Amino acid sequence: MMSWLFYAAFLLFAVGMGLKLWQYATTPAPLKIPTTPAPTTTAGVIWRMTKEVTLFASLFKANLLLWLFAVLFHGGLLLVTLRHLRYFLDPVPAVIVWLQPFGIYGGIAMVIGLFGLWARRFLSARVRYISTLSDHLWLVLLLFLGVSGLVMTFFWHPDVIALKQYVQGVVRFAPQPFPSDPLLMAHLVAFFALLALFPFSKLLHAPGVFFSPTRNQADDPRERRHLAPWAAALEKEVS
Amino acid sequence: MSTANVAEREAVEQAEPELIPGSTSNVRSFVAPSEIQQAIGFAPELTEGWEQRAIAKMGELLKKYRSLQVFMDACVHCGACTDKCHYYLGTRDPNNMPVARQELMRSVYRRYFTPAGKLFPKLVGARDLTKEVLEEWYTYYYQCSECRRCSVFCPYGIDTAEVTMAAREIMNSVGLGQKYSAEIIGKVHRIGNNLGLNPAALRNTLEGLEEELKEETGLDIRFPLDEKGAEVLLVTPSADFFAEPHIYSLIGYAKVFHAAGISWTLSTKASEGGNFGLFIGNYDQLRRIALRIREAALELGVKRIVVGECGHAWRVAYSFWNTLIGVGAGSDDPYGQMLQKQLDPRYPQPAHICEVTYDLLERGAIKVDPSANDHLTITFHDSCNVARASRMGKHPEGQFEIPRAIIRKVANKFVEMAPETTREKTFCCGGGGGLLTDELLEVRIKGAKPRMDALRAVAESDGVNFMATICAICKAQFTKVLPEYGFKKSVVGGVHQLVSNAILLGSSY
Repeated sequence: MMSWLFYAAFLLFAVGMGLKLWQYATTPAPLKIPTTPAPTTTAGVIWRMTKEVTLFASLFKANLLLWLFAVLFHGGLLLVTLRHLRYFLDPVPAVIVWLQPFGIYGGIAMVIGLFGLWARRFLSARVRYISTLSDHLWLVLLLFLGVSGLVMTFFWHPDVIALKQYVQGVVRFAPQPFPSDPLLMAHLVAFFALLALFPFSKLLHAPGVFFSPTRNQADDPRERRHLAPWAAALEKEVS
Repeated sequence: MSTANVAEREAVEQAEPELIPGSTSNVRSFVAPSEIQQAIGFAPELTEGWEQRAIAKMGELLKKYRSLQVFMDACVHCGACTDKCHYYLGTRDPNNMPVARQELMRSVYRRYFTPAGKLFPKLVGARDLTKEVLEEWYTYYYQCSECRRCSVFCPYGIDTAEVTMAAREIMNSVGLGQKYSAEIIGKVHRIGNNLGLNPAALRNTLEGLEEELKEETGLDIRFPLDEKGAEVLLVTPSADFFAEPHIYSLIGYAKVFHAAGISWTLSTKASEGGNFGLFIGNYDQLRRIALRIREAALELGVKRIVVGECGHAWRVAYSFWNTLIGVGAGSDDPYGQMLQKQLDPRYPQPAHICEVTYDLLERGAIKVDPSANDHLTITFHDSCNVARASRMGKHPEGQFEIPRAIIRKVANKFVEMAPETTREKTFCCGGGGGLLTDELLEVRIKGAKPRMDALRAVAESDGVNFMATICAICKAQFTKVLPEYGFKKSVVGGVHQLVSNAILLGSSY
């Protein structure tokens, strides 16, 4: 049962994301609309995008407290994800072994960040106004993942050897029985939910930012003619 | 204004709640009458089945514009933008928070285009497109000036202007248009400019200006119209031809060309730099209005195209003309090459009048006496479309540096407003994006508040008595709202108005 969920979640994620990436990549951006001042070269655009996705440069300009919570959450999540690679890779690369304690700090940072983000949804009148039920539920899901992970790290140690064997079985398409541990099971089911819903939710901000024309276009409209296929067709109609 | 008044006002502001739901829900632009809508190719009025047609149009736009598709998906409701819109800051209406404005459309997008919204509308905040929702769209998408300030702060670069344009395009397609924009677009096609100034009246005005300047300076400073073989075609907002303070900048351009010995011409066909096709998000209108410039340039055989002081006109010219009508470089198709062969590649095409003047000043080709502006302490208001949607010069931020460099050369006293209100973070004047119409005066006045507060601060601290800007809409809007904030109308004016004061002409040097 768990293995089927495992495969279903990964399949939904892969197919859903694939379709979305295809949609974003094939939808034209007919006009040059970078938010200026913008870089004038492709190298400059790569640098701008790197700052955007690693340092959250625009958010930094907008709101320092929100930026701090966002960095704690996303940075923490990145470390946590790297730590979890130990279940998927065998043998575990040295760098992942080295990273293990940082994964724990990441887990703590992530949970602090999430509580901060959730608090804003109650305490700020403006953010409260724009929050939907699903905004809250996403935070609940992520907090459950983070808190249950920390509980299993510090208090309720699951059989990680059995878990590794199970995950290795799944990735080799030879599923083994899932270790009977209710908290571990809940943790994994929550992860499957995250994965399966990712392409159908606001989590699309992750791939979306790379396709955002205001951030990924170079400011060179006088030097290069930028023409989408449907716009080029209009010229043929006239001449 | 006395300090007691200021303290009083601040006390009131602090007592004001963060959100006043519906505070400007009653401020709506006039709906375009059916004959005006029809004249520019839109559905004349809302008729049976408009909902399906609107959704179909939304589907079409989602396929044509990646911006819209990504922006509909990517928002996480983080709230970074919530306190960035001047209309929100001035009205406290929550629907004027950029994310909430976008959400008016995003809720409908979710309902019709996403599995989550189709299955669990309540959970994700999805809504059917009803008459009530359409009314909200019409109200609040015409309380957005498409200034892009929110897009500076959004971690995904979501630009509300793109959403507003799409919403207006959808509404126009089902027969709900805005009178102000539709009338102006009608006029530009019928007469050649937004203000409906016909060729005879235009010629008359320009001749009058020549006579006036002759009396004043003793020189033959010309305002040529439709002169074939001129070096420069100047495309400027039609307000420059008679509105105050706009006309002082037009005089400034003429003096610059005169002093530098550059032959130039205006065109009756292209007697308008503005392009309201941008405001309503309609690519076809945007392109057809821009095509007049191409035709005029080809007919007159000019070598350079220069754009006057107009914010959205410069956005369209700088960012879109190469795409729309082939003014620019780097095209390998016959359509684009036709103009490329005619235009002089040594100059940027198109060029902003500030780029031209700055270059002449740098080279010493024109001379100025900055003491002519000593009665003024000047600040500069960055216009949104210039600041956040275009550039001047060779480097990013040239759109900020070049106008300031001109002001510093032609005047001695220059003061910056607070940095969180200038350059890329500049506040809209409150009248852009198709809102410069009297029935919206309440939101225009309230939307101008962040800028007016910043101006008041430097007026009190440094005695600033002139706010220079390079946008016809900014000039018209400020002329109207400055008195509401206790300033004289004459506090606003163009950069070339200052150039005009200071430039040395003919034998005087």
